[in-house]
Amino acid sequence: MSGSAGAGAGEAHAGHGPDAGCAALRPYVITKGRTRPTRNTVGVETLLVATGAEAPLPVSATREERALVRMCERLLSLVEAAAHLELPVSLVKVVASDLVDSGHLIARSGVPQAVLPDPQLLQEVLDGLRRLR
Amino acid sequence: MVSVGSADRYLPDTVQQAVKIPVVGAFGVGKTTLVGSVSEITPLRTEEVMTQASVGVDDLAGMDSKTTTTVAMDFGRVTLSPRIVLYLFGTPGQRRFWDLWEGLLEGALGVLVLIDTRRLEDSFDVLEQLEIRDIPFAVAVNTFPDSQAYATEELREALDLLEETPIVTCDARDRGSAAGVLITLVEHVLDSEAFPASVPAPVSAPVTAPGAAL
Repeated sequence: MSGSAGAGAGEAHAGHGPDAGCAALRPYVITKGRTRPTRNTVGVETLLVATGAEAPLPVSATREERALVRMCERLLSLVEAAAHLELPVSLVKVVASDLVDSGHLIARSGVPQAVLPDPQLLQEVLDGLRRLR
Repeated sequence: MVSVGSADRYLPDTVQQAVKIPVVGAFGVGKTTLVGSVSEITPLRTEEVMTQASVGVDDLAGMDSKTTTTVAMDFGRVTLSPRIVLYLFGTPGQRRFWDLWEGLLEGALGVLVLIDTRRLEDSFDVLEQLEIRDIPFAVAVNTFPDSQAYATEELREALDLLEETPIVTCDARDRGSAAGVLITLVEHVLDSEAFPASVPAPVSAPVTAPGAAL
């Protein structure tokens, strides 16, 4: 845990090619050093959609924030947005969470819960799966 | 990059609820194949950077004790109804990837464990972890042309599965078959909610992973 951000870049020689250090480092710069989202209600399956143009992103918005808002112009899960943007999921969680906080994205569902799924939901899933066969 | 036109990328606006099922299994067991069989999109790949202490193996003298690894996970999507979408995540089962599980198991409907009878031992750790974590799961045996046929009861014994844990065979390449094992899993989850196991076996968990005891 003592490894500071600088360590990654400086020790890129450790067998992973010259880019490995940067690849590991960049996400933490984008997220301003955070590895956890501000809210624990964003999961990989959280559905995201942009709220629209009434609240434009600030000039200081990062490239990733802009890209994510653009990607979510229509309804899409967080993990799909991450895959299309070719960004790590953990990073997108942090960015998405910020954008939900700032009102640029709406998180529709998929709130990870420790509780058991509702039987009615399970039944709907079952019915849907049966239609696949 | 697999993304074709972005036209079918998006979900219908009626979708209100996303659910997920991790498909856990060893490398090469057919996770991505199974996900692809039922997915309505070409499975997508997401990459996660993991920092991990290199334990035991690969102990190269003089090298940093921490390495970063990029772990790829393939996932697919099925819109089950106008209201519900299901995500399936092919998740590596090896112990060193368990950190990845955290975000996936949370809120999952249940877990599908895919196994290959030619390498049963690869799944022991995974099954034990799921039992310790008290997560409902079903076991699907992916049949390969050269895999020996076992009776499910033989496999249940070999894998030391609880009586109520479903175990089924499937052909991961076949959509109907893959959907069938998912149905088995969800039925099992419904059953176990309706009739919770009377005594959730008092697990005196053998120390398996750092942090698990917390």
